Amino acid sequence: MIAQITLSHYLVLSAILFSISVAGIFLNRKNLIVLLMCIELMLLAVNMNFIAFSHHLQDIAGQVFVFFILTVAAAESAIGLAILVVLFRNLKTINVADIDELKG
Amino acid sequence: MNHNIILALPEVTLLILIGGIMMVDLFSAPEKRADRLMGLAVITLLIVGAAVYNPFVEARFAFNGMFVVDGMAAVLKVAMAACLLIGLLYSRDHLEKRGLFTGEYVMLMLFALLGMMVMVSANNFVTLYLGLEIQALSVYALVALQRDSARASEAAMKYFILGALASGLLLYGISMVYGATGSLDIEQVAKSVGFSQGNTALLAFGLVFVVAGLAFKLGVVPFHMWVPDVYHGAATPTTMLLSTAPKIAAFAFIVRILGDGLAGMAGDWQLMLVFLAVLSLAIGNIVAIAQTNLKRMLAYSTISHMGFLVLGILAGTNNGYSSSMFYVVTYALTALASFGMILLLSREGFEAENLEDFKGLNQRSPWHAFLMLIVMFSLAGIPPTVGFFAKLSVLQAALEAGWVWLVVFAVLMSVIGAFYYLRVVKLMYMDAPVDTAPIGGNAVAGSLLTVNTFALLLLGLLPSGLLELCRRAIAASF
Repeated sequence: MIAQITLSHYLVLSAILFSISVAGIFLNRKNLIVLLMCIELMLLAVNMNFIAFSHHLQDIAGQVFVFFILTVAAAESAIGLAILVVLFRNLKTINVADIDELKG
Repeated sequence: MNHNIILALPEVTLLILIGGIMMVDLFSAPEKRADRLMGLAVITLLIVGAAVYNPFVEARFAFNGMFVVDGMAAVLKVAMAACLLIGLLYSRDHLEKRGLFTGEYVMLMLFALLGMMVMVSANNFVTLYLGLEIQALSVYALVALQRDSARASEAAMKYFILGALASGLLLYGISMVYGATGSLDIEQVAKSVGFSQGNTALLAFGLVFVVAGLAFKLGVVPFHMWVPDVYHGAATPTTMLLSTAPKIAAFAFIVRILGDGLAGMAGDWQLMLVFLAVLSLAIGNIVAIAQTNLKRMLAYSTISHMGFLVLGILAGTNNGYSSSMFYVVTYALTALASFGMILLLSREGFEAENLEDFKGLNQRSPWHAFLMLIVMFSLAGIPPTVGFFAKLSVLQAALEAGWVWLVVFAVLMSVIGAFYYLRVVKLMYMDAPVDTAPIGGNAVAGSLLTVNTFALLLLGLLPSGLLELCRRAIAASF
């Protein structure tokens, strides 16, 4: 017998994806590209949340929002990669631990 | 169906004019380009400021309620356009000497304004998010525009990562709010929260993420890590830009989400904001003492000022919102003057961004030292400058809402804060100058700085006009 997949299954999955991405941003000390991937993953987790709710509520607005988030995510990664290229030209590294001239 | 596109006239005009500036930039001869860009940018900002609607009529909605034009939106749009205009006039020389005054700079700046204008007029989570991202993406690129500077690209990367993380947290929170209330429209959300329909646990969970995302954008402790680095790393005109208008937009953003949409959960978010305000006031003021770089010091000062701003919002009353609005507008004016002074004292190949560079300014130019004195007094909140009245009205609002201990704490912290502002005054008047080069600077920028600084004094002596404007704008919006 196959158990029914409910809203909470989707929410738990997206919460797990979201946690992985936040953990990736804070724990990763090696590579900036991984950080960009974590950001994408975070937005995808949010999208899954929106779609699950949208289906559950039978309301189309959540799915429309997902389209906007996807578009913005594409623009965001374009800018992120552009900044990464500039950074690599100046510092010759994309290692997170080496980027420490400014100390927050 | 109610589209009412005419209400978005300022934004539409701005977008069309940006397109026009792009074309002019493309087809201008290099030697004429800077003058044309400057002229067009100034005209654009003036037109946009003039196109904003009368703030004292009741709120009107466009695009099926996604977009609202009300008193708060109108006043803040004019304030943001004015900030950009003053900032542009201050920074042209500085940018030109460093080869940064290009079409990209002007366009990104105007796109950021477009995003901020959409943000302050948003009445739906989709519009809020889109406005926020238009602004954020433009500003990331502006910080990175100084391509040959390692510091600037490092600052841009940090800003980008943390800004994207903040957007992610905010969106996750919004998705929870959507799930709990079944709507993305702020009015609808307010209604279902008010009737405590929907899942309150889910709503509270979402609220935590929303507040964390907002705190990141505003740059309050414990989400402030990016502020000092970005302020320090970015070129000074960019730092000036991102310490003025985006703060005004962030204020509107918070009031729309928390004060309007989630007003029914005020008890929950007030506690979170108290936490943010206490930490910001403490860390901002105490860590600023240890800084030797003026831009970093001003970054920590911004953090503490944002703590004050939060203090007004957490009162949760119309009086609190209007005091915070007054605070953020006058803070933007003061920040413009302080960064304007840094820009004026900088010259080719030299940035007057260390505290040491201000030593003995009185001997080099008593007039500039006097102007800087007024700016520092205003930042510290010493009467008769406007900083004093801004702090006073925010504290009054918090007191009326019953936060006595918080007000006492804020006053104590601003006394600590006065130390590092007055240290700048001491350096200017009592120390011998290290740098003896004559102070040049553009005549337009110099006289504008004088006007700006005297506006701080004038608003301090006669604050009632602007205060009344904020009060009426907020009253017309809520």
